[in-house]
Order: sequence, then structure tokens, then C-alpha cells
Amino acid sequence: MNCIIIDDEATARAIIGQLCSNVDSLAVLEEFPNAMQAIKYLNQNEIDLIFLDIHMPDFTGFDFIETLKNPPKIILTTSDPNFAIQAFEYDCIVDYLVKPITPERFKKAIQKAEATPSKSLEASQSTSEKVESTSGNDLYVNIDRRLIKIDIPSIYLVEAKGDYIHVKTEDKNYTVHSTLKKIADKLPDDLFLKVHRSYIINVDKIIDIEDNSVLIKKDVIPVSRSNRPELMKRLNLL
Amino acid sequence: MEKPNMSYIQSMSGGDNAFEQKLITIIKAEFPEEKKVYYNNLEAKNYKLTAENVHKLKHKISILGLEKSYETAVAFENNLLEGSTTLQDEFESILTIMTNYLQQL
Repeated sequence: MNCIIIDDEATARAIIGQLCSNVDSLAVLEEFPNAMQAIKYLNQNEIDLIFLDIHMPDFTGFDFIETLKNPPKIILTTSDPNFAIQAFEYDCIVDYLVKPITPERFKKAIQKAEATPSKSLEASQSTSEKVESTSGNDLYVNIDRRLIKIDIPSIYLVEAKGDYIHVKTEDKNYTVHSTLKKIADKLPDDLFLKVHRSYIINVDKIIDIEDNSVLIKKDVIPVSRSNRPELMKRLNLL
Repeated sequence: MEKPNMSYIQSMSGGDNAFEQKLITIIKAEFPEEKKVYYNNLEAKNYKLTAENVHKLKHKISILGLEKSYETAVAFENNLLEGSTTLQDEFESILTIMTNYLQQL
């Protein structure tokens, strides 16, 4: 497998490079101290596997994955075990290595990567997308390792808060480790609208609009200037 | 207080002395830079960035086999994310021990 290493720490790149050199089936083609350089490289080169650090300045490992249309297999390498749940949301991630990486654990990760054929990976991605898109009015969110079903039309507000989103529904509120962009891709465009960089609203649930804010249930939500024209287009104005 | 050691580096190298030397050279070059950024961000009271610096330094703490110190660094990183500098002295003692150890290599 042709692979690249992306990590802003030179020590980490050296260690992963050494671990790779002990595996005959691996060839490290390049190393990158940041994700931006790797994106340029991937635009011109095909590779099978990426060793990817999560914590990098400006552009995290997850941000990087979001930029890839057809991501290769990815093994995350991090000092932070807290992102494991988020990692499960990506089909391309085959393993999650916590630093300091031991040779034994590294070998297991490579075995996992080798046992995951790229084609079936693509197939599993399209299947999972289909399930989500054909499941009609339901959205499944991963909370504490449980997949919880949410009725999409009952969602009236989604708010981004750091690495989490708050999903508010008629009956209950949920806090999910995800991004606004990810949930936006799963919500129907005709019902939901991003009105601010931190908020998506259900247009059907608007009570009133005043200047640069909307009232939904008891929440007053800011509407950014750039999103206001699209909001106004959606309204059946008299 | 626990002392740094070469156990992890040796387990990585599998007896490859050239790799051990290469890794030590990289750590010796990178560690002072990471420390400098850490102290600058701490002085500027930018605790979020300081926490990121501690996060990076944690890896080197673990590479040098400082298991208890690693736990202190994890706790200090969490404190910084909450705007507290509790455990700063303990963490900086770890940095001093690492600095002294690396100078001997």
C-alpha cells in the first residue's frame, strides 16, 4: 500500500515512518507537516492509506477528511482518545491509534487496513448513504455509542457549539459530537435553512421574524446578513 | 519524581541505533521550540493555545517513558481548557526534567 503521513510534529512523523519501514507491504511516498500541503499532493497522486494526525493548527484531521471526495483508507494517529466516537462516523477511517504508538498496535492497524478492500469500502459508503437518504423522515445520531433515531420534521433548531451540535426537537434536545455541515447534508433543503454560521432552522417552525433575528419556539436566533435574502425567498409574503 | 528513560525509543528502534540517534536529534530540535511556544502562549494568557501546546508536548513526555507525568500533563491540559493554570508548576518541573535528560543524550 502506498501511504502518506500527515502530522505537524516531526517526532511523530519519524516514528510512524520507522513503523512503516518495518512492514514490507507499506511504502511511504511523502510526509506532510500540515493538511494543506497534503491536499495539493492528493490532487495529483493516488494513494492507498493516510496516517493522519487529528490535532493540527488551522486545519484539523477531520477538516482534512471533509475536503476529500473519495478518501483513501485513513488511520488516525492522536494523543487524544476522546475523538474515537467521532472517528466512527467516517467509513474511510479504518483504525484509531493513540500515541505513543507501539509496534504491536501498529501492526494490528495495518492488518485492519489490509483487510479492508478499497472497493468494498466505497460500496459500504454508498450503502450507508442510501440507508440514510431512503430512511425518509428519520435521522440517526450517535450519542454515547448508541444510534438514536430523530424524526427530522420535529427538529426545529440545530445549534453549533464547538465540537458539538445541539439538536432541538418538539419533544427532546440532543447533544451530538458532530458539525453543522454534516447535519446540514442530511437535512432536506426544502425544510431547513442555515441562517447563521452557528444555526440551522426549520423554516416551517418560524413564529416571527424581526430585523436580523427569527423566533422559533422560545429561541431567538440571529440571522446573518448574507443568509437573510435566502430566508426571505422562502417566506410566503403577503 | 520519575525519571525519563529510553524504553519506548528502544522498543521502536528494534536495535536500530541509527534510528535512535535520528529520533533523539529530532526531539532535541523540536522540544525547545515547543517549550518556547508554550511559555509564550502562557505568558499571553492564551490558555486555549497553551492547552494545544501541552497536548503536543504530551507525546514527547510519553516517548520518554514518563507515565505519571503524562497523567499530570493530561490534567493540566484540561485545566487550561477551563481557563485554570492549576498544575502549571508540576508541568513545568516535568519540562525541566526532560530538558536536563535530553542535554545528557
